[in-house]
Amino acid sequence: MESFLALVVGLMVSAAFFLMLSGVLIRFVFGLILMGNAVNLLIFTAGRLAPVNPPLIGAKQTLLAAPAANALPQALILTAIVIGFAMTIFMLILLFRTHDQTRTLDADQDRFIFETDKTDLPDITGQREQE
Amino acid sequence: MTNLLVFPILLPLVIAVLFILARVRDRHAGTVAIAGALAHLFVSFMLMARVMEQKVTVLWVGAWPYPAGICLVADYLSAVMVLITAVIHTAVVVYAAKDIETRQIKAGFYPFMQILTAAICGAFLTGDLFNLYVWFEVMLMASFGIMVMENPAGRLTNAVKYVALNLLSTLFLITAIGLLYGLTGTLNLADLHDKAARVENTALLTSTGMLMMTAFGIKAALFPLFFWLPAAYHTLPAAVAAFFAGLLTKVGVYALIRLFTLVFVTQTHITHTILMGAAMLTMVSGVVTAASQMDIRRILSFHIISQVGYMILGLAVFTPLALAGTLVYLVHNIIAKSNLFLVGGLIHRATGSFHLSHMGSLYKTHGLLSAGFFIPAFSLAGFPPLSGFWAKLLIIYACLESGHYTAAAVAAAVGLLTAFSMAKIWLEAFWKDTPQKGPLPLPGNYSAWMMVPVLCLCLFTILLGLFMEPAMQLSLAAGEQLMNPAAYILAVKGGG
Repeated sequence: MESFLALVVGLMVSAAFFLMLSGVLIRFVFGLILMGNAVNLLIFTAGRLAPVNPPLIGAKQTLLAAPAANALPQALILTAIVIGFAMTIFMLILLFRTHDQTRTLDADQDRFIFETDKTDLPDITGQREQE
Repeated sequence: MTNLLVFPILLPLVIAVLFILARVRDRHAGTVAIAGALAHLFVSFMLMARVMEQKVTVLWVGAWPYPAGICLVADYLSAVMVLITAVIHTAVVVYAAKDIETRQIKAGFYPFMQILTAAICGAFLTGDLFNLYVWFEVMLMASFGIMVMENPAGRLTNAVKYVALNLLSTLFLITAIGLLYGLTGTLNLADLHDKAARVENTALLTSTGMLMMTAFGIKAALFPLFFWLPAAYHTLPAAVAAFFAGLLTKVGVYALIRLFTLVFVTQTHITHTILMGAAMLTMVSGVVTAASQMDIRRILSFHIISQVGYMILGLAVFTPLALAGTLVYLVHNIIAKSNLFLVGGLIHRATGSFHLSHMGSLYKTHGLLSAGFFIPAFSLAGFPPLSGFWAKLLIIYACLESGHYTAAAVAAAVGLLTAFSMAKIWLEAFWKDTPQKGPLPLPGNYSAWMMVPVLCLCLFTILLGLFMEPAMQLSLAAGEQLMNPAAYILAVKGGG
């Protein structure tokens, strides 16, 4: 099971990198989402898969009765998912706003590159009088 | 006051919430922020005093026992970093009170700054690897917010690059955390020190370390992962740029120091050799690229990169003296670099431009500003008796002592090139005659108020240079503490 999941994680990460390297930013976001899920699966696998009992302590007991599933990776993954959601949404809104300015989301296109270069031009607000 | 450790994180967060709930958006905003920053400075001093007394202080949040709970730990390194964060935060907020405009306050400048400060302190104080990841995410979110806060032309495309690359680096980080958890079954840093030493599969452990080095290398702007930095920093308002330039990359440096002195110490012939190569290339590429720039902010941005190289060099040499040098360098550099970005903002106000070809004769017209530039700039270049000289001397001496002659030569040469860049700004902006054609100064908002933080930071630079002996003693103690983490681990274990 572990080796199968490892293979799935590897496939997802390579697909994610393929998407990220395309230069079109919306594909970059899809790549980011895919890679986020791959990493979650990796943490889940790293937490060992063997025991399937839920890690719940029964009434009037203070310890787990039987070996149970590792609860920590799930807590880690949950945190990572929540943060990942927020980051993805931020990135999408940022791209939406950028598209307003540049009319393109292809990072190789002139309009996108030119938009970046605007900040490099000296910002001359007015001219000094000739002395 | 057993909960002292939590205050440097909690206080800015509370103030951020206050800002949002009370809708502090008018002229009181600056006052509230300064009061908050001063309170933060006070608790950071208290924490420093506590650490001076106890060496390592630990707080188990929620009183869960070792190693299951989450702990906050402050040793010398953490306490110094928190204190310096509070100092820079105060200076920047004082400067911003006159620099930041109403529309930027409306866009949430102050709450973002407070959250950013809280997150940086959180990253410095946490004793848990996953928490470090969470604080990095909080930090990123706040920095993204500040970066795009008023939606200006040209800045968004730069923000896209910054956001994209940083999100990728966090994914690398969490991958490495997952792998490390799989190898050791723990995420507590002190516990990891013991367990990582017992991992049999050293190849996998080292590759996990390398993945983590990549993740933090992007954040610290190490060679060859630094391209996002100059693009991102040079479009920001001066106050924000000063805060980012001083602290954001240094959190990455701190994380590298923490992990590569506490966790990944078994295979130093691989990991620290790579760190040394990266450090030398970072120093050289940063300083050489800076020499070809003409925009003040770009020159300074590239110098951030080259200075990070020195700090990582100290880590790579991996002796108590070298780590002491790294700590002195961190403190010196954070103060000088933030100050230079503030001065850059003032130059922009005085001349209307950031471009060196548009300005001149500032020495004649703005005498105090010249002093404000001269001190941090030539401290950065390593002129005695300013703080930068001692910092460079320590790093180079540690290199020579441990037989890394090439690294020592590179560090010395890069210092010379830094002096060249700083002299270029000095000649162009301060000594040259004002060029015939150029932009007008920004109207009527160059105020003496904004010189206060600049001159205070200059004073710190001078004092740190003159009173190097006590600072050295503290740094050496910190270096010893990092090289022999037994006390750190004992404090964490005993604190349950």
